[in-house]
Amino acid sequence: MGTTASQLGKDMLSEYQELTFLTKQEILLAHKRFTELLTKDEKDLPNTRVSEERILTLPELKSNPFRKRICHVFSTSEYKDGSLTFEDFLDLLSAFSDSATLEIKSHYAFRIFDFDDDGTLDCGDLEKLVNCLTGETDDTRLTTEEMRQLISNILEESDIDKDGTVNLSEFQHVISRSPDFVSSFKIVL
Amino acid sequence: MPPKRKNEIAISVEDVGMEVDVVSDSGSEDEARRRAKNRRVKPQRKAKRVSSDEEDEEDEAPRKRGRKKKAKPRDSDEDDEEDKRTKEESDEESEEDRGKTKKRGADEESLSEGEMAALKEQVEEKKKLIATLRNKPWRMKRRLVLLKEAQEFVETFEGALGKGKGRKLYAYKVMMAKKVIKFKRDFENFKTACIPWERKIKEVESHFGSSVASYFIFLRWMYGLNMVLFGLMFGLVVLPEILMGLPYGSIPRKTVPREEQDTAMDFSVLNDFGGYCKYSFLFYGYFNNERRIGLLQFRLPLSYLLVGVGIFGYSLMVVIRTMARNSNEGGDGAEEGEFTFSWKMFTSWDYLIGNPETADNKYASITTSFKESIVDEQENQKDENIHLRRFLRVLANFLITCSLGGSGYLIYFVVKRSQDFAKMEKENLSWLEKNEVEVVMSLLGLVCPPLFETIAELENYHPRIALKWQLGRIFALFLGNLYTFLFALFDEVNEKLETEKSIRNATIWALEQYYANYSSHFNTTDVPPPNVQPADVIRGPCWENAVGIGFVKLIVSDMQVTYLTILVGDFLRAVIVRFLNYCWCWDLEAGFPSYGEFDISGNVLGLIFNQGMIWMGAFYAPGLVGLNVLRLLSSMYYQCWAVMCCNVPHERVFKASRSNNFYMGLLLLVLFLSLLPVVYTIMTLSPSFDCGPFSGQEKMYDVVMETIEQDLPSFIANIFTYATNPGLIMPAVLLMVLALYYLNAVSKGYQQANIDLKRKMKMVSMSVLLHVPSFSNISRVQDQTNDCAVYSWTL
Repeated sequence: MGTTASQLGKDMLSEYQELTFLTKQEILLAHKRFTELLTKDEKDLPNTRVSEERILTLPELKSNPFRKRICHVFSTSEYKDGSLTFEDFLDLLSAFSDSATLEIKSHYAFRIFDFDDDGTLDCGDLEKLVNCLTGETDDTRLTTEEMRQLISNILEESDIDKDGTVNLSEFQHVISRSPDFVSSFKIVL
Repeated sequence: MPPKRKNEIAISVEDVGMEVDVVSDSGSEDEARRRAKNRRVKPQRKAKRVSSDEEDEEDEAPRKRGRKKKAKPRDSDEDDEEDKRTKEESDEESEEDRGKTKKRGADEESLSEGEMAALKEQVEEKKKLIATLRNKPWRMKRRLVLLKEAQEFVETFEGALGKGKGRKLYAYKVMMAKKVIKFKRDFENFKTACIPWERKIKEVESHFGSSVASYFIFLRWMYGLNMVLFGLMFGLVVLPEILMGLPYGSIPRKTVPREEQDTAMDFSVLNDFGGYCKYSFLFYGYFNNERRIGLLQFRLPLSYLLVGVGIFGYSLMVVIRTMARNSNEGGDGAEEGEFTFSWKMFTSWDYLIGNPETADNKYASITTSFKESIVDEQENQKDENIHLRRFLRVLANFLITCSLGGSGYLIYFVVKRSQDFAKMEKENLSWLEKNEVEVVMSLLGLVCPPLFETIAELENYHPRIALKWQLGRIFALFLGNLYTFLFALFDEVNEKLETEKSIRNATIWALEQYYANYSSHFNTTDVPPPNVQPADVIRGPCWENAVGIGFVKLIVSDMQVTYLTILVGDFLRAVIVRFLNYCWCWDLEAGFPSYGEFDISGNVLGLIFNQGMIWMGAFYAPGLVGLNVLRLLSSMYYQCWAVMCCNVPHERVFKASRSNNFYMGLLLLVLFLSLLPVVYTIMTLSPSFDCGPFSGQEKMYDVVMETIEQDLPSFIANIFTYATNPGLIMPAVLLMVLALYYLNAVSKGYQQANIDLKRKMKMVSMSVLLHVPSFSNISRVQDQTNDCAVYSWTL
């Protein structure tokens, strides 16, 4: 169960096709790009894990403000260090692919935005989210007052049960209405 | 009935793939396996039996995982099973698995009808699981395990099911189904591999965001459409005429007239699409009006007419299908202001951006949009001077209407002048005078939009509304120009029709003279046809050729102007800014000229109108569609290069997704508007008497009538006569109007139901909140129709 050496077995390929939203070419391309990240000796081992820093050198992820969260969410490592195996990488690409359904995308979007991994989006999560979106520099950040206003507006709109947090179904309710979400939540190699 | 409800919920959760347990799925293989087994054996819609309660182990072994439809003794088992979600059960299951494989051999013969049916259901369910596995947000490992188990199960038991009657057929069916699935998957892969320019567009997307890339995706879609139209036109009209029709020079319409022959090969003449160009398959006049040609007895005039109309039909079908697909993806369509902030937060980042500079721009634009919307929310309507604003808006609209009217008149004037020029000798005219019409139209298309934008600053609208007004005005400009051009062209056509009458009379008179002379001279009634060279025969003015040539020249000049604009406006500007910056007083890159941004809406509108002109002109110039294919191909490469080389990402990066259907809607409108002139000419104007596939007919559509009368069996002619009876058409139209009204009412009803349900949901959630401290299990069942989304909340 996993990739051996630098070739992807035919039966594994067809299983991956069955289990992800990717086409055969996309899986092969993903395999190629993934093995480029490995060092020489790692290439022969099955099921290698690639560390987060190396994953983040991929140009598709480098400029993304949520890159660390993405690695963290899709990682299956016990140490929670954001390292990915090839199958995690395929999971990532499948969720971000063009043909993935709204349910899968919104599920993963919620987990990416949930910075403290507690299953809900509370004020701390939302604040970190806004800071990610407005960039790292000081002149683009919002003031505390603006931040407070923004978060209260958001909670007013999406928090239906008024518990001060946005849970998965409220999030999915908001997201399913948006016409932009599916087309913007896409990463293509 | 709590258990049943739980079942339903369980079903829908399965379909949707949400985690019912709030604990996120990380963790060990064992835990995953356990949960996997639990979920896997959870029933979709039917009851499940627990193994341990069974008495007859032997016979019922295959039935242990069976699904029985609502048999009464099962209900208690259902309850038990639902409550027991423990390791015990899973262990029993795994034992059961092993036991089953051992017992399989012994039990196969004892399968009865009912057991077979149960097993079949199970197998079907496993197949469904395999199909929906990719929609579950679980880890790949777990999914692989599940997939393998499900596949094994299906394989082993499918074989078992095949025993007994009809086994061979069943096995065959199964094998065919597998082959079909594999074939479909390979075909999908092949289709994706065939899509051209994928890398190029992806590169543009990562640098400029999805809005600029949407233009190129639209261009690629247009290219595909034009390829099909080209295939139709070429394969069914041009190729038969070339292969099976008479060659060049054999009949008058296919030969250059004697007086033009010395200049026929000159570049200037060819550039104006005269000379050899005019008398080639590119234009209407070349085609012969023989009813049937060649070995295959191909009916060319009929094919010409049907393809001409079929082009519109196909385009209409494709545009509407794309619009329907786009609107399906567009979400449930909440109102504009319902979730502004949440959407800004959750959906504003474009994950395709792979370039740090674009990312910085995106950050800046997101920050600005946050700040703007916060401020918008806080401040109330400013107490501005409403009267001044209204006056300014009226003034702006008046100015713009004036300029639209002015441009229309200018075009009319210029076309009239060109008709006068056409009567004069060609050598006395300058290049400008010869190409006045096209130059004027292209210049208007270049100059007016920025003019409109400057005037629109008086109006002081919100940017999004201002953009819509701008697009509407540019649309009106292009439309007005095109239709004025058409009207002027029609005047020319009518003039030509007059000349044609006189020439036709002259020709008939000359022929009669010849017959009279011959029979009187040789004293015989059997007169051979006059022996005249095709190049010397008197020709009519052939108005269809004039129209076709007019359109071709317009499109060629439009293309030249576009390319030139890109070269000068973007490339030269970028070169100047880059290299003069070293020796200039102020910073050219940050200040005045700087690098250009890609004008998405201008380019998309240009593309739409170009397509409109192609649709109008294709009937009169079959070669036009081929020309357009070449144009789109070169445009793709040229503009991709230009955008990557000379443009910078927009400062305000905005999404194009919702406007996708807007541009499709415009395309649809342009399609109808370009259909009108063509259908009008087919129905009302009479074709030229000596050129084209309809020469000699009273009206162009007479070909169809002729074919119906002569070639088809007589009862079809009767059917047509009945079908075109107004007494039948009026009720049909009435029925369609009523159907439209009914569908409209139904749609309104759904919208109202949606609003009511939303309100109920809010009320329910409030009441739930009061009764229960925490609130974790939710589910959602989505209706099939696009308009309704039904939400059900449970504990």
